[in-house]
Amino acid sequence: MDFGFSDEQELLRAEVRKFLDQNAPMEEVRKIAAGEPGLERALWGRMAELGWVGLAIPEAYGGTGLDFVTAIVLLEETGRTLFPSPLISTMLAARAIELAGSEAQRERWLPELAAGTKIGSFAYLEESDLHALDGVALRGEPDGEATRLTGAKQLVPDTASADLFVVAYRSGDARDAVSLAVLERGAAGLEVETFPGIDATKRLGRLRFDGLRVDAEARLGGEGSAAAHVEQLLDLGALLVSAEAVGSAEGAVQLTVDFARQRVQFGSPIGRYQGVKHPLAEAHVDVESAKSLVYYAAWALQEGEPDASVAVSRAKAYASECLPRIGIEGVQLHGGVGYTAEYDIQLYLKRGKWLRPAFGDAEHHYARLAAAAFAE
Amino acid sequence: MDFQLNPEEEAFRDEVRAFLDDHLPPPDQRPADFKAQWDAKVRARGWVGFSWPQEVGGGGGSIMQQVILKDEMAQRRAPSLGSCFMGLAWVGPSLIEYGTPEQKARFIPDILDSKLQWCTGYSEPDSGSDLASLQCKAERDGSEYVVDGQKIWTSIAMWAKWMILLVRTDPRPAVKHEGITCLLVPMDTPGITVRPIENMSGAAMFAEVFFDEVRVPIENRLGEEGQGWQVTVSALAHERSGIAEFHGLMHNLEKLEGLARRCLRNGRPALEDASIRRRLLRARIRIEAMRLNGMRYLTQQLRGDKLGAETSINKLHRANLEIELGELALEIEGGLGALGADAEAAPDGGRWQKMALNWPEVVIGGGTPNIQRNIIAERILGLPKD
Repeated sequence: MDFGFSDEQELLRAEVRKFLDQNAPMEEVRKIAAGEPGLERALWGRMAELGWVGLAIPEAYGGTGLDFVTAIVLLEETGRTLFPSPLISTMLAARAIELAGSEAQRERWLPELAAGTKIGSFAYLEESDLHALDGVALRGEPDGEATRLTGAKQLVPDTASADLFVVAYRSGDARDAVSLAVLERGAAGLEVETFPGIDATKRLGRLRFDGLRVDAEARLGGEGSAAAHVEQLLDLGALLVSAEAVGSAEGAVQLTVDFARQRVQFGSPIGRYQGVKHPLAEAHVDVESAKSLVYYAAWALQEGEPDASVAVSRAKAYASECLPRIGIEGVQLHGGVGYTAEYDIQLYLKRGKWLRPAFGDAEHHYARLAAAAFAE
Repeated sequence: MDFQLNPEEEAFRDEVRAFLDDHLPPPDQRPADFKAQWDAKVRARGWVGFSWPQEVGGGGGSIMQQVILKDEMAQRRAPSLGSCFMGLAWVGPSLIEYGTPEQKARFIPDILDSKLQWCTGYSEPDSGSDLASLQCKAERDGSEYVVDGQKIWTSIAMWAKWMILLVRTDPRPAVKHEGITCLLVPMDTPGITVRPIENMSGAAMFAEVFFDEVRVPIENRLGEEGQGWQVTVSALAHERSGIAEFHGLMHNLEKLEGLARRCLRNGRPALEDASIRRRLLRARIRIEAMRLNGMRYLTQQLRGDKLGAETSINKLHRANLEIELGELALEIEGGLGALGADAEAAPDGGRWQKMALNWPEVVIGGGTPNIQRNIIAERILGLPKD
């Protein structure tokens, strides 16, 4: 029985923390977030060299060959400093190719993703805002051996930097008649737009398809064969964003604790007053509890446990419901300066707003849990 | 990460399960004297005081064995292991750490054999959360202490034979935590008056205890004079990972889901109401978070680290859940939620009415939620002390 990280995993945490403290302090985070495309390619390349970008990609395809439990450690750290990076998007795209792709497709794309020379993103969400198979309405129209896509994908993460998009589309009326294909930026009939995010460190955009041609080389597996993979990717996405959110929430608590220890009012550091202490204690309870739920979900998903999807939904429901409040509390406890652009706590408040709907909000995950718990 | 038991642990779990198969009949088939029989059987196995060292008669169980034992027992809703509740919870641990050989020999066997009840004289009317400010005093008079003052919220003082009592032996110490002494007092000593206090549910489980020139022999002092605070804190500091609480909470939650299937709201079963479902799931997630937090604390213990302030996290969850489950139950009951626990039409024999009125026992008893928040803020987050 051991519900904790190994020495190696803790060592990785220490290395990532040191790397980010040295290379991406908050001034640097702000600079990256303000620029185009919201990513520092040189830094990304170094993280790839350290084996972090391809952390969960098998060694046979140029990755580090570690598991998603270890990925949690990495994401907690990038979350803590609000480091702007397409890490989650790239992990999901790589996982999709690993799960659904042929040997040739894996060899074609995974080494480049692991090496940081290509960035990936997973595009599934549409206008319905439904984070499930039913939400995939974009219809593939047969065109000889190929398929043509006309329509759009919404709120696609990291559109500004991604080179490869793993796109989910519909191949039939049955709920699970869903397919996956890899589309490269610049493909004929693909238009990529990027919108400002409420959190400048997290870019979202839209893909528009105008008769875009998907051939067998681009399609991962046969037409309509990817439903189970898409469901796995949705679980994995919800898990990874929750892990990063836990790190961000912990960062927000630490920032506010540091402030409360040095800010003096009424002749005393404000952290002495229970009106300040108690909300921070509550925030700590939420951070630690979300951590436990995320760690277990990561283990369950990695091991293929039967309760993995339920564990993911519990973690994401808790994270979406409780963690955004921590940024709000943090700004309040900072007082007037919390409202300024200069202080960093507002960046954490914004991160909460990105997190809340990502891969389904609390309401979505409660609905999934209800379906599992209260089936007649 | 790994959630497997090793072969020895599995063997121990199987031993516990086999014992339960043989000796734990369903609740409706248990004879009137079942608890006494049960206590004797689990005592013979060494499972009462299982964490205590074998030299004093305890079970000497490893941390993992303790967890397995509690977990299996709680899963089957077995009765408690032994009946001397406060004796097992902190009188025994205090004796083991600070008692003289004579005191250990005199008191520990009776605690393990469930022979007599102890009560706890800590809180006073003006010293609740601020326990160290206590004023009940004891003065030396030859070979005795003479105790004068009052205690309050003393659970089962009406039935207990002995009390573990904190008194002030130095009225003007440099700091309030000094000058406190721990005494072991027979409850039939002349000068002790017990006055039960009725709680809001109508039951009387705790009492006020008055001391009027109560004489306690010096050999009944536990630890040195002035060492009472350490004696108390060290016994209360044996924090547990609290994993077994999970089963009790889950049992209540499952019963509550059953209630929601039966009770009607707006003509439909309450379970079809989206807001009721959401609150049930919300509670379920928090119970799971408690279980997993507990597993992380257990891992810490197994890796050789002591537990400290982090256990306050689960105490806050527990407090919130005790209140929320009672409230949710009465809302599920709808109009029936306004009935008293004794009313014939009160669902489930009035258990939810009782829960909605008895949560303070858990929520206030072990340190109020605001005290837990102070502990987290000061000892974990490092904010300045009040």
